[in-house]
Amino acid sequence: MSTDTRRAVERAARDSYGRLVTFLAARSRDIAAAEDALADAFRAALETWPRDGVPDRPEAWLLTAARRRLIDRARHFQVRAEAVPDLRLAAEEAQHLAEAGRFPDERLRLLFVCAHPAIDPAIHTPLMLQTVLGLDAARIASAFLVSPAAMGQRLSRAKVKIRDAGIGFELPEAKELPPRLDAVLQAVYAAYGSGWDDVAGADPRRKGLAMEAIDLGRMLRPMLPAEPEVEGLLALMLYCEARREARRGPAGDFIPLSEQDTARWSKPMIAEAERILSAAAQDRRMGRFQLEAAIQSVHTQRARNGQTDWEVIALLYEGLVRLAPTIGARVGQAAAVAEARDAATGWDLLQAIPAEAVASYQPYWALAAHLLRRLGQPAGMAYDRAIGLCEDPAMRAFLLRRAADG
Amino acid sequence: MQYALLFQQTPEEFADRRDPGKAAAFWAAFMPYMTALKQAGLVVAGAGLEPPATATSIRIGGNGRQVQDGPFADTKEQLAGFFIIEVPNLDTALEWASRYPGGVGGGVEVRPVAPPKPQQ
Repeated sequence: MSTDTRRAVERAARDSYGRLVTFLAARSRDIAAAEDALADAFRAALETWPRDGVPDRPEAWLLTAARRRLIDRARHFQVRAEAVPDLRLAAEEAQHLAEAGRFPDERLRLLFVCAHPAIDPAIHTPLMLQTVLGLDAARIASAFLVSPAAMGQRLSRAKVKIRDAGIGFELPEAKELPPRLDAVLQAVYAAYGSGWDDVAGADPRRKGLAMEAIDLGRMLRPMLPAEPEVEGLLALMLYCEARREARRGPAGDFIPLSEQDTARWSKPMIAEAERILSAAAQDRRMGRFQLEAAIQSVHTQRARNGQTDWEVIALLYEGLVRLAPTIGARVGQAAAVAEARDAATGWDLLQAIPAEAVASYQPYWALAAHLLRRLGQPAGMAYDRAIGLCEDPAMRAFLLRRAADG
Repeated sequence: MQYALLFQQTPEEFADRRDPGKAAAFWAAFMPYMTALKQAGLVVAGAGLEPPATATSIRIGGNGRQVQDGPFADTKEQLAGFFIIEVPNLDTALEWASRYPGGVGGGVEVRPVAPPKPQQ
């Protein structure tokens, strides 16, 4: 079986699992109990579906495989909740719908619960990855560089909070939607790993579960068709993903964006990102993710005409910094301005960022070294700082070579 | 909180540190890491260790102590050095540990430093 087929089957299992967890949790208000009841069935699906094919009624298959556990779990948790329909009743309702082949997709509700303002923002993304996609805590912990035991505890604590605080599974009302949606989109983007292909060779992919984040983005799009930022985020992730192959040389060495062979960029993925970004633009409501996607779109033009229009990129960054003045955006702006105008102007922008905000921010030091070198100033200390803060061996080796070239 | 970052290296890495052709590459990556830690103001203590072959161990058995040449732990990867750092929590300690520029097969063990013995 090809990797693509295996991935498609795995995605089908994760889709059905996420729908079921949402359905059961929305009714029993207990995410942990729903996950627990479905855990063995989900594991069995991941093992047998690649061999036997995805069943016609995947949710019904999972519910049947989970029947014993569902009854056990329902009994176990019954002591707690009198006012709430118990897990078994919810499972019976689910079984009817699943057998009729009309199982609802309510995962959007669960995504909003995971990114609820009452939940610590640091746990939004791990919660989504676990509850909606069924990833295990150990894998999430490695991606986010947290101890697996601590990650497990934080996830359970968040689920207890959702249950005990009675956080509702209703979709947010129109006036609440913008901030609530922003929290969901930020959490999805955090799963992708932010800005790992910056200009001037800064910021490698540090952490993140890129394909899973793209899956979440694809899932969100039809659920929120009127929200251009959903499309902006999906387009942004696809543009970055399109360059994955080109980021590494044959020996695994790091290749910065400006030196990448555009023949190795994925044309279908870029075309998809372009389509999605133009659809977003129809709405005429600009947002942070659309701007970031637009920046990547300009970079991809190089595949067509061999040029990078830094003036346009600098303007887009200016808009981005006004809208979302993150450190990453400000460093990106400084890099773009250095290319569009001159290194000194870029350097001034870089210097305007407060020192305490960038003490351990590696891309800042990588760009500082690059600009100092271009200005003919001593760059050794900045290179050392960028190298010392590196997490990615390929990026470290790249910067070590650059530092030695000086 | 204080955490110990215990760097584990493979025999090949230990050998590279002493190889005149390769030592420069090792230090070119390791020195900036030390500098970054120090500039962040986190370092309480730290030291690099000579290769395990230079170690002498005392093993306490039921019949008294036995002195042996070589390291205590019978593993391929051996302790190569350590830092004790002062950081707010384990997440931050892991962030710094992940920047350790070691080679494949080695790594870092992060352990909390035990609080001093309570006063009687």
